Amino acid sequence: MSDTAVHSQEPQLLEVSIGPQHPSTHGVFRMNVVLDGETIVKLKPVMGYLHRNHEQLAENMSYLASMPYTDRLDYICSMTNNFAYAMAVEKLAGIDVPERAQYIRVLMAELTRLINHTLLVGFLLNDLGAFFTPTLYAFREREKILDFFEATAGSRMMCNYFRFGGVKADLPAGGMEQVKEIVKNYSRFLDEFERLLTSNEILRSRCQNVGILSKELAVNASITGPILRASGVNYDIRKVDKYSIYDRFEFKVPLGKVGDVYDRYYVRILEMRESIKILQQLLKQMPEKGEILSAKGAAAAKSPRMWKPPAGDAYGRIESPKGELGFYLVSDGSPKPYRYHVRPPSFINITILEDMCLGQKVADAIVILGSVDIVLGEVDR
Amino acid sequence: MNVEEIKNDLLKHVPGLELTVEGESFIVPKEKLLEAARFLKENEKYRMDYLSCVTGVDYLAQAARLGQPGQAAVGGQSELASGYLESVNHLYSMEKKHGPIVLKVRVPRSDPRMPSLVPLYRGAEYQEREAYDLLGIIYEGHPDLRRILMWDEFEGHPLRKDYVEEDQDIR
Repeated sequence: MSDTAVHSQEPQLLEVSIGPQHPSTHGVFRMNVVLDGETIVKLKPVMGYLHRNHEQLAENMSYLASMPYTDRLDYICSMTNNFAYAMAVEKLAGIDVPERAQYIRVLMAELTRLINHTLLVGFLLNDLGAFFTPTLYAFREREKILDFFEATAGSRMMCNYFRFGGVKADLPAGGMEQVKEIVKNYSRFLDEFERLLTSNEILRSRCQNVGILSKELAVNASITGPILRASGVNYDIRKVDKYSIYDRFEFKVPLGKVGDVYDRYYVRILEMRESIKILQQLLKQMPEKGEILSAKGAAAAKSPRMWKPPAGDAYGRIESPKGELGFYLVSDGSPKPYRYHVRPPSFINITILEDMCLGQKVADAIVILGSVDIVLGEVDR
Repeated sequence: MNVEEIKNDLLKHVPGLELTVEGESFIVPKEKLLEAARFLKENEKYRMDYLSCVTGVDYLAQAARLGQPGQAAVGGQSELASGYLESVNHLYSMEKKHGPIVLKVRVPRSDPRMPSLVPLYRGAEYQEREAYDLLGIIYEGHPDLRRILMWDEFEGHPLRKDYVEEDQDIR
């Protein structure tokens, strides 16, 4: 046996392929990692396992027929996917949205944000080794919101609830009481969640100063959503674009200082508290009755295969729970979109995965990926 | 910030720029894309530091002739009359919180090469790889231009309008 390997001064690098069937990659996602001991010296993400050419599918069907497909992009947040797509088409065709429908939309979007952030925190703790206690707490709370979604849209996760110019159906009888109950109890749940997690020593030592993302790189790499804000950049599309009726609510944009995994965790907790504030104001302001679909929108919904928006292009974007979700549409005046492009936040947010992981231990890479919050349905499309 | 103002500033600060305005988007020749983007990124007034959405659109010859959004520039560049690929870049400013400014570049389908924006914006890295993968736009100067969603051995570009599915007869 040669003993050169033992005495050689060359670093012995080890290549590891994490995934695609790995419980911590949040789906079929692979990371090709090069390790020096336990330290990461190179990391290349490999994706596309779930690719189904969503964009081409959408270009071969009517505008409205793509709505249920958008549910399947980020399958945890179908409501916000619907929202972004409806906004883009409304911009393209100049459709207005009635007052009550706007309130329902924001209500759904903020409840979705609660679902997403709660689940993310649960999964992040899974990645840290706190198996399933936080996740099941998160699932317990999510279930209450999903019950409301089911009562309203007819489906728990694949809601297909938004229409161009409004929403599909009005809230069911007793729906408002359901929401009031959720909003009333959610802060108490968050308190409980935080007592368990926020000052937990293991969580702190595993998350603080891990995977730091600088402000400059975050902006330059088009990072959006809670990760961007955890790095200290004040950019929330709800505030910047004031789309829908977000200018009617008072809420803060929580910012991190360090830009590490812990900040990303805590910014999400704070964002949930702001969402609850928005929901409380919304419940007070929301009109009791009213139109839920504008006349132009009703025309589009009545005969979707014949409906034609004018030729042109439009880009509609919203602050989805994961970041900027945008749809770029080009119409040639026919009933099918000539070009349909999704700008998926989780796909673009993993651009800097390698930069955050270099020099960290391999176990930290899992946590850093968890804190980025990706959903592979959206990454691969 | 209106279209006219941006147009004048671009023409003033980027020498030799031929600019076509279409609706709210600016069509720049590929040679000047980097210069125009750098001006918008670094100028105190604009500070477009955030490249939000990068994508491509394939306009076939028929689409380029039919009152498509694209007709005006086709008149100027005759090699584009037989169809072209268009790269669409949405720029916003995180610092000044305004935008978007839309920069479009058109290249002939037979020679779909254009400069990459990665030297200016890291955020273009995966999005340009995706446009290369699905539409076949070749971004020169991209550090790692490989397929990203389709597998490496895959042939063709599925989002091109003349793409034929392999198993089309099976349906």
